[in-house]
Amino acid sequence: MRNKFAAVAFGVAMASAALSPATADPVDEKLVIDDVEIVSRAKAPEGLPFDEVLSGWLYREAETRALEEDSFENPGMLAVERGEEVWNTVDGSQGKSCASCHNDAAETMKGIAANYPKWDVDAKRPINIELQIDKCRIENMGAEAYKFNAEEQVALTTYIKHQSLGAPVSLDLTQGELQSWWDRGKDVYYTRTGQLNLACASCHEANAGKMIRADHLSQGQANGFPTYRLKDGLVSLHQRFRGCVRDTRAETPKAFSDDLMALELYVTWRGTGLAVETPAVRH
Amino acid sequence: MATPKPRVKLPKSAAAGEVITIKTLISHEMESGQRKDKDGNTIPRKIINKFTCEFNGAPVFSCDIDPAVSANPYFEFNAKVNEGGTFKFTWVDDDGSVYTDEQKIDVK
Repeated sequence: MRNKFAAVAFGVAMASAALSPATADPVDEKLVIDDVEIVSRAKAPEGLPFDEVLSGWLYREAETRALEEDSFENPGMLAVERGEEVWNTVDGSQGKSCASCHNDAAETMKGIAANYPKWDVDAKRPINIELQIDKCRIENMGAEAYKFNAEEQVALTTYIKHQSLGAPVSLDLTQGELQSWWDRGKDVYYTRTGQLNLACASCHEANAGKMIRADHLSQGQANGFPTYRLKDGLVSLHQRFRGCVRDTRAETPKAFSDDLMALELYVTWRGTGLAVETPAVRH
Repeated sequence: MATPKPRVKLPKSAAAGEVITIKTLISHEMESGQRKDKDGNTIPRKIINKFTCEFNGAPVFSCDIDPAVSANPYFEFNAKVNEGGTFKFTWVDDDGSVYTDEQKIDVK
């Protein structure tokens, strides 16, 4: 009899454990990279259902967080070094490198990436760092645009964005037609797609902080991209977008397509006030 | 792939008898020799196969490295320093190249 009761009690305990929500809140820590504190929590811009926007760093394990806090240990810094090589390498028919015009990136690129995407007056659409590099290559260097996710493209983007490390994300939506692209990006963010019928918001807004199987869902901020993921190395923002969409079993949009550029603009805006962390370390 | 570039981080100075932490990293693809290219040919093995650290000529740490070690091998170890001097770090590549780095430390 006693054994039977014990078994029932055990069963109840198991059931309640299974029913309790699998929450794993972000940690209450300060992000300090090489002894310099940078902003990993900021007041949410108006219109978001959060009070605060939180860096994905706060959602990671202690070991992963420590990797980002020491630029020597951060594996993404290898891409920064590689990007510096690309910056100084002459390419194209005009015999120019990035450095030929922009000199020392530490000065000329400082803080720049925190204000991207911007409005491209010529193309009449938003432009991000990757597309800005391509534009420069075609118009000024006489070189070809990079293939999406070419090793040089990711490294150079990482290098340029790293020059803004610590600068708070701030977009100017009054440029050109950025506001209507922002609206479109918001639509993309909240539209459920794929066989799993998930929108970006299903995970990163409604369930941020919870576990999805072994994954700890963050707010899905863009401030650390390109980001070093422990499972597959350096990952660009559009690669991550495509991976997320693929995981919902939807048809995957092309990198830098209108939908994804609108999404980049909107998602970046959602992280307004967070410091640029490129290259962030995530799992 | 870029030329392998060694990187070392250790304190510039320490107290006599202090145990310091040394961090080392070299950028290297560590091609295991197990993979095949698009045409089905084996990609030849090319890894860092040995790493050593010496202090004023005396061995501090050394190890052999095998193909299972992933790209950009990172080693972190401790050493007790009783006197000022120079740490010398050596990485040996399969193709015979040797990459070195030296770091001085002052002891107060």
